[in-house]
Amino acid sequence: MVRFVSNCTITIYGLLEGIVNKDIDNISSHISFWYDPDKRAILYQVGAACLFAFVAWYLISNTTANLERQSIATGFEFLDREASFEIGESIIEYSAADKYSKALFVGFLNTLLVSFIGIILTIILGTFLGIARLSKNWLINKCATAYIEIFQNIPVLLQLFFWYAFFYEILPSPRQAFNPIAGLFICNRGLIVGIPAANPIYKYMAATLILAVIIIYLIKKWAKNRQNKTGQTFPVFSTSIGLIIGLPLLTWIFGGMPTEMNVPALKGFNFKGGLTVSPEFAALLLGLVLYTAAFVAEIVRAGIQAVSKGQTEAAVAIGLKPGQVLNLIILPQALRVIIPPLTSQMLNLTKNSSLAVAIGYPDFVSVAGTAINQTGQAIEGVMFIMIVYLIFSLLTSAFMNWYNKKMALVER
Amino acid sequence: METINENIKKEIVKPPISDVGIIGWTRENLFSSPINAILTLGLLSILWFSIIPLIKWAFITSTWAPDSNCREASGACWSFISANYKIILFGFYPQDVLWRPITAIILLCTLLVISRNRNYWNKYLGYTWLVSLGIMGALLKGGIFGLAPVDIEKWGGIILTLQLSVFGLTASYPLGIALALGRQSKFPVIKTFCVFYIELIRGVPLISLLFMSSVVFPLFLPEGVSINAILRAQVAIILFTAAYIAEVVRGGLQGMNKGQFEAADAIGLNYAQTMRLIILPQALKIVIPPSVSVLISAFKDTSLVIIIGLHDLLRTTQVALSEPKWMGFSSEAYLFLAVIYFLCCFFMSTYSRKLEKELDTGL
Amino acid sequence: MKLFKVLAVCVTVLAMSTFAMAGTLEDVKAKGFIQVGYNGSVAGFGNVNEKGVEQGLDVDCARALSIAVFGTPDKLKFTALTAKTRFTALQSGEIDVLFRNCTQTLSRDSALGLDFCVVNYYDGQGFLVPKELGIKSAKDLDGASVCVLPGTTSELNAADYFRANGMKMNPVVIESTPELNKAFFAGRCDCITTDASQLAAIRTVAPNPDDYMILPEIISKEPLAPAVRHGDNKWKDIVNYSTLALINAEEMGITQANVDFMLKSNDPKIKRFLGVTKGNGKALGLDEDFVYKIIKTLGNYGEIFERNVGVNTPLKLERGLNALWINGGLMYSPPFK
Repeated sequence: MVRFVSNCTITIYGLLEGIVNKDIDNISSHISFWYDPDKRAILYQVGAACLFAFVAWYLISNTTANLERQSIATGFEFLDREASFEIGESIIEYSAADKYSKALFVGFLNTLLVSFIGIILTIILGTFLGIARLSKNWLINKCATAYIEIFQNIPVLLQLFFWYAFFYEILPSPRQAFNPIAGLFICNRGLIVGIPAANPIYKYMAATLILAVIIIYLIKKWAKNRQNKTGQTFPVFSTSIGLIIGLPLLTWIFGGMPTEMNVPALKGFNFKGGLTVSPEFAALLLGLVLYTAAFVAEIVRAGIQAVSKGQTEAAVAIGLKPGQVLNLIILPQALRVIIPPLTSQMLNLTKNSSLAVAIGYPDFVSVAGTAINQTGQAIEGVMFIMIVYLIFSLLTSAFMNWYNKKMALVER
Repeated sequence: METINENIKKEIVKPPISDVGIIGWTRENLFSSPINAILTLGLLSILWFSIIPLIKWAFITSTWAPDSNCREASGACWSFISANYKIILFGFYPQDVLWRPITAIILLCTLLVISRNRNYWNKYLGYTWLVSLGIMGALLKGGIFGLAPVDIEKWGGIILTLQLSVFGLTASYPLGIALALGRQSKFPVIKTFCVFYIELIRGVPLISLLFMSSVVFPLFLPEGVSINAILRAQVAIILFTAAYIAEVVRGGLQGMNKGQFEAADAIGLNYAQTMRLIILPQALKIVIPPSVSVLISAFKDTSLVIIIGLHDLLRTTQVALSEPKWMGFSSEAYLFLAVIYFLCCFFMSTYSRKLEKELDTGL
Repeated sequence: MKLFKVLAVCVTVLAMSTFAMAGTLEDVKAKGFIQVGYNGSVAGFGNVNEKGVEQGLDVDCARALSIAVFGTPDKLKFTALTAKTRFTALQSGEIDVLFRNCTQTLSRDSALGLDFCVVNYYDGQGFLVPKELGIKSAKDLDGASVCVLPGTTSELNAADYFRANGMKMNPVVIESTPELNKAFFAGRCDCITTDASQLAAIRTVAPNPDDYMILPEIISKEPLAPAVRHGDNKWKDIVNYSTLALINAEEMGITQANVDFMLKSNDPKIKRFLGVTKGNGKALGLDEDFVYKIIKTLGNYGEIFERNVGVNTPLKLERGLNALWINGGLMYSPPFK
């Protein structure tokens, strides 16, 4: 069957490439024009290029003719017009009076938000499942296997619909919301949780957190240098934890320890105040994480299995502590196997987040879709969607190249 | 003497009771360490508290008859399925000629089961597939052999899902091979085009291609020419899947030993012959398991056509769910669909694993 | 290889596509049916009954068109379209005419490459709320979650209305009508907004219709009209006058029951209208008796209205703006001469 299909393709391909790829000595003076591989190569390529150009011209001329005939607007002026539609949720301030460009940006940020949180949760859940899959405990092993099989084999869109319907059909209305602990409400409008009331001190805390990260990076570099020179080790991990928690905490204490909370309260139809996680966002996040984690688990399992047992034994034999065995021996080797497929799964998660449009989460595709419909400018809209996702995928491959290079250096 | 020997034998043969049988197995696999014991007990209690109510909901307090009143029952409402299975599975296909899609699906399943056995893999199977696909198309479309014609717009449910995935893969395989070969080509123009195409398609979500097929593609056609929405979606799925197939095939081509190319050159085969007789038969064999994974994704991805308003399996279910009588039974409906999708995908993935083992020649 | 691909594509396109190089009327006559875009999921306007037959006010207007062109009401093929796909389907020639309760607006008329025909239903946007919320006016909706179809004029109107009244709105946008209704009935939103006629239709599919009420405010003008491709005036005339014939018949008091009797009328206006005096049909390129056949098969506008959406149907809609102009409504037909 496969062979049959391939035969068809190859026959066609053969027509084009002919014997060009054969390594014949280039004695151009002796052979006629048609049998000179170099000239033929040029001829074929010029032909192919002309064909591409013709097809492109044909499509573009059709399109422009169609656009003109149907008097459909073109260009990007619409970005400057007032969007005049509302968007359900947004990280930045947005109202219907804002421009299309801002509406699209809101959608873009929403895509980033759900992908970012989704990726973190997926890695955590996937790692757990991958380890569980290798567990010697029969029950844990089988449960993880069952989970992976089930969630891999059901379309992610179906899972999204299921979770979304689950949220709005099963959960109660705001007036009968579950209130398991003070400040937390669960209802069909989402999960509403109290957050600390706005206070300038939180900005300083964020600043000190960034400062802590920078200091840790420097300490790590210094510690490595010192270890290379003197062999003395430095407890980087515990220092890091101390800095990350300690610095912001100190800022908070010196800032007067504000404890005022922004507690949600039922006013009118919905809860006011607090932080709301909408059912759309929750369903999208849950669906994406549960689906992608099943794939990540398999990747993690393969990565761990790729490190041979002898490595661990050798590390123990030369007297490394268990933490060091994991940190210095197992992880670097396992990660080299894990990271490339993991990155592509992360990219998949980001691409799958475009299914948000089906359950009404205003991600980039959803907002762009609305813009297409309100302006009638389909080509520009679809182009935007493609460009945004291409940027994601280019960034991913740039990261991959960087990572592979770094790994290659380590190999030496 | 003899009795002593027998006694010793008995003692040697008989291991301690705690190491064999159920108890031994349990100790070995569930309670090998304190942490494991805690985990086992924890997991068992979670399972106990989730599985038991689930079973009760799904099987004991549930309703099954198509005309029963679900709102009074506390359990699952499988009546929804028994009352609506026709519309869920076949959409708006005329209900008096349902034997036609059913025959087509049985034909497809038979072929799949036959193809599972590698002993039957030869070119006749390939021809059988092509002929059968033709027969299936004719059965569904009608208009010949005295079958009443059925508009392609009326194809829905599982027919559409299978059509999009089976025809999608059949058509995208040759295209994918061509792209993979193009990517390996020595001609920069062709190579650039193929690389550009593959990377572009793999970089964007399927949904953007489907959007394109539904709103932009019509603008590409000359005035007055139009192609219906299902075919446009089919084209989008083919173009999308081809890029993934191309990458899988490229993996196979790169896995080929260079000596194979050189040997082919040495005996004077030209490019077409080299590929047709030497390289592809081996390369494609290597890539069968990953191709099945692509097929599985393609099958799952067909559910996305719901977003451009086609009536695939997922959409027909939602149509049935929007009847006032059945509103609020989404869990049952989606679980039913999940089982269908799971069985199909699980069938394919176990098959792919089996093949992987069989084809693993240790190279 | 590439040449082959292009050839294959061309052959496929030729085999699977329909050519409509000539005007839509010639094209439709050549292929023997009219491809109609319709809603498919709005009761009373365009949906499928349990026997799988399309029905509704829009569908009946499409049937009038079929009678005008072919003399029988069944030369139609229906394509169900969503709010997002409807205009592209028309632009691309996938359908010949769009009967899908579309609002006529300036920007759609100009920028989307369509021409709207005569209005067959005057609508306005409203809000449907559960009674248990205890709301009496749309002005009380501050902070409400609003279910709305994305990419519709309703989405823009609702945003405008909330802005104009200084209220906050949380839109919940779901693409498919059935899914959106389901979310609303399950309580995901406090209200759902769309054209009032559709709200009535949505209420009929509620698990318990009496639990819901339409708020009195009508926040927009929504003239719903069929649409054709821009620039095909001949086809547009036919779509226009097949619908206007229904309105004019009601105005003249011609019904499905008395149309045969009216054929013998001495009134020159009626004689001209029903094609007893020839001229109208020829002018449009149709049979002379097309009006007679339409009324004989479908009845006049009033009958179609009452049959599909009137007070005796589950939708229970009053004529209101859709009464004849002589009864204080907006339905008005130019003379058929």
